[in-house]
Order: sequence, then structure tokens, then C-alpha cells
Amino acid sequence: MSTATRSLPRTIGAHAILITYTVIALFPVILVVMNSFKSRAGIFGAPLTPPTTKTFDLIGYTTVFGQGDFFHYFQNSLVVTVASLFFVLLFGAMAAFALSEYRFRGNTLMGLYLALGIMIPIRLGTVAILQLMVASGLVNTLTALILVYTAQGLPLAIFILSEFMKQVSNDLKNAGRIDGLSEYTIFFRLVLPLVRPAMATVAVFTMIPIWNDLWFPLILAPSEETKTVTLGAQLFLGQFVTNWNAILAALSLAILPVLILYVIFSRQLIRGITSGAVK
Amino acid sequence: MGSLKIENVKKAFGPVEVLKGIDLQVNDGEFVVFVGPSGCGKSTLLRVIAGLEDSTSGRVLIDGADVSVTPPAKRGIAMVFQTYALYPHLTVKNNMALGLKQAGTPAAEIERRIKIASAMLSLDPYLERRPAELSGGQRQRVAIGRAVVREPKLFLFDEPLSNLDAALRVNTRLEIAQLHRRLKATMIYVTHDQVEAMTLADKIVVLNAGRIEQIGSPMELYNSPANEFVAGFIGSPKMNFIDGARLGETARTIGVRPEHLTVDAKSGAWKGTVVHAEHLGADTNLYLDCEKAGLITVRIFGVYNAEPGATLYATPDAAKTYRFGADGKVLK
Ligand SMILES: Nc1ncnc2c1ncn2[C@@H]1O[C@H](COP(=O)(O)OP(=O)(O)OP(=O)(O)O)[C@@H](O)[C@H]1O
Ligand SMILES: [Mg+2]
Repeated sequence: MSTATRSLPRTIGAHAILITYTVIALFPVILVVMNSFKSRAGIFGAPLTPPTTKTFDLIGYTTVFGQGDFFHYFQNSLVVTVASLFFVLLFGAMAAFALSEYRFRGNTLMGLYLALGIMIPIRLGTVAILQLMVASGLVNTLTALILVYTAQGLPLAIFILSEFMKQVSNDLKNAGRIDGLSEYTIFFRLVLPLVRPAMATVAVFTMIPIWNDLWFPLILAPSEETKTVTLGAQLFLGQFVTNWNAILAALSLAILPVLILYVIFSRQLIRGITSGAVK
Repeated sequence: MGSLKIENVKKAFGPVEVLKGIDLQVNDGEFVVFVGPSGCGKSTLLRVIAGLEDSTSGRVLIDGADVSVTPPAKRGIAMVFQTYALYPHLTVKNNMALGLKQAGTPAAEIERRIKIASAMLSLDPYLERRPAELSGGQRQRVAIGRAVVREPKLFLFDEPLSNLDAALRVNTRLEIAQLHRRLKATMIYVTHDQVEAMTLADKIVVLNAGRIEQIGSPMELYNSPANEFVAGFIGSPKMNFIDGARLGETARTIGVRPEHLTVDAKSGAWKGTVVHAEHLGADTNLYLDCEKAGLITVRIFGVYNAEPGATLYATPDAAKTYRFGADGKVLK
């Protein structure tokens, strides 16, 4: 490490701040995971201590796996998240390419219109969405959720991706055109790989709210068949008694899939953050 | 094969007119260079020829056929870009092969053409590398190779050397000149660089603000510029322009190139003091502040010792003095 650009006190200071932040950010997650392995008495008696041989108990997990069809809920959540993510990225990238690449009448206006959704929460339209889904017979289907989440994710995706696509070299696209590549090939083979870091960013920002959402599953797809994990966990949340063991276990399990997806995307993310710097 | 005709081509981006009616004839096998100040529309014109940009009006004919509705890949052209524009995910070999594969050329033929091109541009050791693993000069050679394998009727170069360092630029310039001689193909070449234009061109097209100022061979443009703009643009250092009224002339402006002035310590037409002297070895550039003519540049061949502040007399070569009228055109 070069001494010219780093001094010891500064390094320590920076690490102290980062470590503090990490601890604060991870604390609730660790608390949830820790307590999910404890008995009810353990959770209430000493919520902040890790499970000991006395308090260790897998009752939460056995309840989750025994009661309700949690594996099925997981599957629903995963299907909804992955499908929405796929459509958001595909349509978002396509719209962004059109907006950044082609000059047509109303281009700017169209861009503004598509980005408007960033500022208007989609939940304001819940009633209309519900009516729409009832009319089209999509209530209690995963399709309903996928459609809504795709709509919810598109504005930000288009906004971010079109900025990135504007930076892709025109010469490269033109070279492709001269070599006879179709616009689709140029989009999929030349442009998409170059904006991959941006796609990963968008993927992470899109994925997490979808996975965690309770609102739309509750309204559009509350049936046993279509329940998502967050909705399924509500099963243990009663008006008078709450089964904390089961809730904590369900939440701990729910972290896993997003964590895996995040790890996949973050490899791209890190490359994106450093790609401009080390050219 | 390989002639190009441009008829009254205009191009506007919204309200901004970038090309204001271009007429041009390029014969088969000619090396034509477009020069002009930044933003005058050189790249735009090249892109219109390539079909990457639609002209607002006018026609482009390649080999006598109107190509207005022909896509770039079918025009029989190849283009080399300033930024190389190599496909980052493909090896050098596949970069060159892509266009041919796309056109359905048989594999054996692709192989043969790549072999010839890579030998011509000494790319053999790099065929399996990706663009990121090449130096700037190598990348530009790959870009040229990608154009060569297409065996186009028309090569289009958009400032291909401007990202290279000076030594490499000279080498690659030579390679392009040799390429032209060997392939006998028609080439259109855009550049900012005087030397590139003068050394490569059969014909130079001087563009300014979306119009053609003059077309001619390098020596025609140097010896008989049509107007003040061309006279100032071709030649380095730039031609001296002197207000006609100050010299008691009827012409609005008098132009004389720095190399067509002689200096003498004792007598001459214009008395002046040396402001600055640049010693380049082979020649010396003197900046003189003259009483009659104002600040002028004089180019002297060989070494000439002159201290700033010294008094010198400059005399223009009368036969090589240009007179420009009020509209900037040369007066005969
Ligand atoms: N897509 C576009 N939209 C609007 N204006 C454009 C567009 N492309 C080019 N222009 C304008 O057209 C003019 C000519 O551009 P062009 O790229 O042809 O210049 P150039 O002669 O190649 O300049 P340089 O020597 O700097 O490359 C410029 O003023 C530029 O701003
Ligand atoms: Mg240009």
C-alpha cells in the first residue's frame, strides 16, 4: 500500500465508520436469524443473546415446514420475482434502447412519460388495478402480480438504462450495421453486454421491493394457491397470539433466495462501479 | 466498379442544417480526402454515404445505382472509425469474419480473405486475441483489416489515425497509402490533419459549414485556392492575410504564404521587428510585426538566426501573392 495516498489514522477512521455502519445494518438481520433458532422462552427471556444449549430450539422451523405449504409459497415468490425481473429488464432495456438510439417525433415526451412512474407510487392505483384484474379474471393468479410488478419496475429501469445506453459508442453500433447485423442483434449482442453493470443495478433495485411486497399479494392473490412468502408468514401473526418462532424462521428462510440473487448480480455491480475508473 | 456520385445532398438535424447541398463525383480507384474545420459536416457526409444517416434530400449513387433505400451492409462499402469500434466480445479473427458470416460467405472463402488481410496488416500473431488485449495501433489495424476482408467497392475512413501517437500515425498512414495502391479500391478519407490530406489524396474536398469550398488535387489547392477560406486552410503555417487598404491595394485582402516571403536585414518591402522565432532545424518560422502589414509569419528554409526585437525587412514574392475580393473569392 502506498504511503503517499494513505495515512494510518485515516485508514483506521474510515474502517471504524464502515464497520459501525455494517454492524448497524446487519444487527436486525442477525437478531432475526439468531432468535429463529431459540425457544419461545429464550426469545422473550434474553432476546439479545445467541442461542445456548438451553434455549436452542428448532420449533420455529418445524412449525414453518409442518404448517402451511411454505415450500409452495417460496416457489410462488420466486416465480413472481424472477418473471417480473425478467420482463422489467427485457422491456426496460428495449424501451431504453429505442429512446436513446432512434430519433423520432415525441422521443423526449415519451421518455418523460415513461419515467413519470418513478414519482407516482403504483399503490395509488390499487383500486383501479383490482377492478382491472377482476374484469380480466386474473385475481388470484401469479400473472396478476407479475403484470403489476413489471409495470412498477419499468420506469426506473428505463430511466437508468437509457442514460447508460446513450454512452454506448455510436461507432460500435454503426460498425455492426455496416457488417449487416440486424437491430435486434446489435441490441442483444453489442449493446446489452456493455450495459450489463447497469442491468445488474436495476435488477437489484427491482428485485428487493418485489420480494418483500405484502400489499399486492394480499389484495390481488391471497388464495392458498398463490400466496407468496411474505403473505404466508402472516399466517403466524395473529390478533391475540403471535407465533414468533415461526415468523422468525420464515423470515430467515425468506432472506436466502434474495441473498443468492443478490450475490449473482453484485459480481456484475462491482465490475460496473470500477469499470470507468480502471480503463 | 467503385465510383460514387453525390447529387445535391442536404441533411438537417431538426432546424439545424448541417449539409447544405453537396455535389461530388468520385471516380473509380480515386483516393479522396475530406478536410474542413471541426463541425463542418465531414462525418455526417460520410455517414450519409454509408447509409447510417438518411439525407434530408438529394441522391447518393454508387456505381451509378441510387442507394437511397439500400441498407449499409448492402452498399458494398466498408468503414473504419476513429474509435476503432471493434466488437469487444470477439477475437480479432471473428471481428473480421462477422460481416462475411452475416452475408453468408462460405467458410473457406472467409478463411482465405482473413489470411490475406492479416498478412497484409501483420496481424497474424494476434488473430486469437480480443481487442482489449491489443495496443491502439494494433486495434486500428484490425479495424482496417475488418474493412479489407469485405472487399468493398468503397472504403470510408473517418479520422482513422487521430487516436494514434505521432510515430504510429506516420506508419499507419504509409500502410493506408500502400493498401490503396495494392487494392486499387476507391477510398474516402476524413481528416483534420493537413499532412495526411496532402500526402494521401488524389483529390481533396475542402468543406466549410456544410458546403464544399473547393475540390482539387493537393497542388491545385495549394497553388490556386479559389477563395480565402481554402487559402487559409491548406498550407502550414497558415497563409498571411493582410488588409488590402493598408497596402494601398484595391483588393480587400492580400494573401501571401509564409514560405513565399524573403527577409533581409537592410532593405525590403515591409519593415518589421522580430516578435518570436521558432527554430525547427529544417526551417525557421519568424513572426514579424510590420509597420505596413501587421503581424506576419515568415518561413525560412534552413537555420536563420534572428533575435526578438531585431529589425528585418520582409518582401513577398509578387508572382505568388493572392488577391481576394470583398466576397473572399480570388481576383484574377
Ligand atoms: N445526431 C445529431 N443531432 C444533431 N446534430 C448533430 C448530430 N450529429 C451531428 N450534428 C451536428 O452536425 C454538425 C456536423 O457534425 P459532424 O460530426 O459531421 O462534424 P465533423 O465535420 O465530422 O467534425 P469533426 O471534425 O469534429 O469530427 C455539428 O455541428 C454537429 O453538432
Ligand atoms: Mg467527425
